[in-house]
Amino acid sequence: MHGFRQHLPGQRALLALAVLGLAGSTFAAPPADMVPIPAGRYTPLLRSTKDAPQVAVAAFLLDARPVTNAEFLAFVTANPKWRRSQVSKLFADSSYLENWTGDLEPGLKAPLPAPVVRVSWFAARAYARAAGKRLPTIAEWEFAAAAGYTGPDGRKDEALNRDLYAWLARPVPAVLADVATAKPNFYGACGLHGLVWEWVDDFNTAMVTGESRADTGLERDLFCGAGSIGAKDTGDYAAFMRSALRSSLQANNTTSSLGFRCARDVTLTASTP
Amino acid sequence: MQPNSFSMKNPTRYLLPAALCLAAMLALPVHATAEGPADAKGPVILPTEVLALPVEQAILTAPPHVPPAIKRTYSARVVVNLEVREVVAKLADGVEYTFWTYGGQVPGSFIRIREGDIVEFHLNNHPSSKLPHNIDLHAVTGPGGGAASTFTAPGHSSQFTFQALNPGLYVYHCATAPVPMHIGNGMYGLILVEPKGGLPPVDKEYYVMQGEFYTSGRYGEEGLQSFDMGKAIDERPPYVVFNGAVGSLVGDKAITANVGEHVRIYFGVGGPNLTSSFHIIGEIFDKVYPEAGLSLPNANVQTTLVPSGGAAVVEFKVDVPGTFILVDHSLTRAFNKGALGMLKVSGPENRVIYSGKEIDAVYLGAQAEEGSDSAKREAELKAKILAEIRSNPAITSLTKEMQVEKGKQVYMGLCFACHQPDGKGLPGAFPPLAGSDYLLADRERAIRTVLKGQTGPITVNGVIINSAMPPQEAVLTDQQIADVLTYVYNSWGNKGDAFTRDDVKSIRNQNH
Repeated sequence: MHGFRQHLPGQRALLALAVLGLAGSTFAAPPADMVPIPAGRYTPLLRSTKDAPQVAVAAFLLDARPVTNAEFLAFVTANPKWRRSQVSKLFADSSYLENWTGDLEPGLKAPLPAPVVRVSWFAARAYARAAGKRLPTIAEWEFAAAAGYTGPDGRKDEALNRDLYAWLARPVPAVLADVATAKPNFYGACGLHGLVWEWVDDFNTAMVTGESRADTGLERDLFCGAGSIGAKDTGDYAAFMRSALRSSLQANNTTSSLGFRCARDVTLTASTP
Repeated sequence: MQPNSFSMKNPTRYLLPAALCLAAMLALPVHATAEGPADAKGPVILPTEVLALPVEQAILTAPPHVPPAIKRTYSARVVVNLEVREVVAKLADGVEYTFWTYGGQVPGSFIRIREGDIVEFHLNNHPSSKLPHNIDLHAVTGPGGGAASTFTAPGHSSQFTFQALNPGLYVYHCATAPVPMHIGNGMYGLILVEPKGGLPPVDKEYYVMQGEFYTSGRYGEEGLQSFDMGKAIDERPPYVVFNGAVGSLVGDKAITANVGEHVRIYFGVGGPNLTSSFHIIGEIFDKVYPEAGLSLPNANVQTTLVPSGGAAVVEFKVDVPGTFILVDHSLTRAFNKGALGMLKVSGPENRVIYSGKEIDAVYLGAQAEEGSDSAKREAELKAKILAEIRSNPAITSLTKEMQVEKGKQVYMGLCFACHQPDGKGLPGAFPPLAGSDYLLADRERAIRTVLKGQTGPITVNGVIINSAMPPQEAVLTDQQIADVLTYVYNSWGNKGDAFTRDDVKSIRNQNH
């Protein structure tokens, strides 16, 4: 572990240079709290025959960690309409920030360094906009989260899979762990797995209908026609769970284990002082 | 009978007044439109005749208990409220697992309705849940069995309505992707749709469901176990259990009955993958409704095959007391993976139906072939042992003592009438044996006399006796003659060696 941690920063710096170089920017380094994710291709879990088998993902910057209660407290302090007592029910359901003690008091059940949960997609989006950022897309998030601890393909990373399923095997704790406890993946993004679920910008395009056997049927055309999806993808149970969760949500919904982090275009980053 | 075990004889205490049911219905959560699922269609407009039906709140029970039989003879609108919760509970001693449950336990709560009922189904996903869930009830006629209609985010509630068209015992389960993991974590249960005419009354009803668990650790490995996707895909579960845990139907938690009672078990298999060979050791199912269709039962069944996502109803009368073991007769699952339960039957024994162990004797199996080297060696050893015994005064004297006792029994049954219990005979009629010179002078003659009898005058202790003794060769065995002579030669002051069976045999075989 020590060797791994020690050599990673250098590797990340190289990666950052590569990402930014690809973007054709003259910019030197990304903000300290974000990590660069290189361009790549993402294979959607479920799609109809009309969809392309792979989606290109441009290089982008991603928050190294999920947004914390402390950060969200600063946001609602500055933006009263997103406080629990003032938020519109159209934008956040009745359990919005329910675990907080008060409008501006996260309290004991929501420690400041822990990820913020019980936030709606609208709220997460508003936060991102206020921070000069945006929410990542499904393709971006999944591409970044596909990395393991030591390489870009996490499917072969036994340690990651063990941690991931261990997290899935535990109910949501009454008090979430601090974001600092999350391990970095190959790109330096921490806690994409094993801390909280995270909102994505286009969550409502996830194709799980709730009748997952019918969803498999969607895929069957693809198996017969193109046959481009390997069995390893139907075996990625965690990806199915993320897809199912996204599909079950309305934009004003909140849950006890759903938070978010922000992203930013590389070019935008480069032009910002 | 366990104090909490459900008795079919007192169903009324479970029936809530109709008014209470209505109140409970009004108290149900109502969705704000903005919070409902994207595809919610709004409540169904029911025809007036359906709206006129009485409303009941379904009674749900945790395994191994079953809600009371339905007494009504008409359809009703039945409201079912089922809560989904993700809970950490015991899978085996020292082994914990995060079960995803319908009602807080595995299998999910038992639901009992009647053919023709209109069911208003509410699926409530607890706010602490990590995942969305739904329910596919095999009793439902409609796409997905309700799966898409009940797809529910954590902290939300869904409602849909269906009519129970077909009677039968049906599995329900979660159908949210990845389905094998949701079922593999315990999301299954049974719903009974009683036929309009009801089911024949029985004394005890129980709810047992089999499922397998794909834990990251081996069987018995302690601590909180994770779901192992690789083992699930390969169908290699470390655990195959009844009612969600190793030992859930064992010891104090065994299901019970009394001798003479009729027992019905609603048995289902949640899977997600394995088919069960359901069997109760020492019972024969008088009736099995195979595949739980509740129409034509099979009679006298030993083992019934229950597929994953299927069920069976088995019935039997318990005739004798004892512990009867429920197993999946794919037996490594019972022996190594936990698929064991117990039915404890109490009451008087009936040794005609079942005697219990009558005899335990040594059985040597087939003897070695005659003439084999081993057999020869065995014969040598036997002879050696015999010689050792004979040369051992302690054992010899014991053997002789025993012969004397056995011989006394023969004598007192046969010889005493003439020779008298004291061996003195009757003067002039029957010769004495006590102190008899004639007797003690010739052992072979003594044997021959007992075997062949004696007629004509003999001189005993100087006295001539002319009498007749009948032959005993057809009456006594060689051993008995050896015994009785040993007795006679060692009683009333007589002293002599023991007679052997071979001594008698050699005389018997002489032709003269």
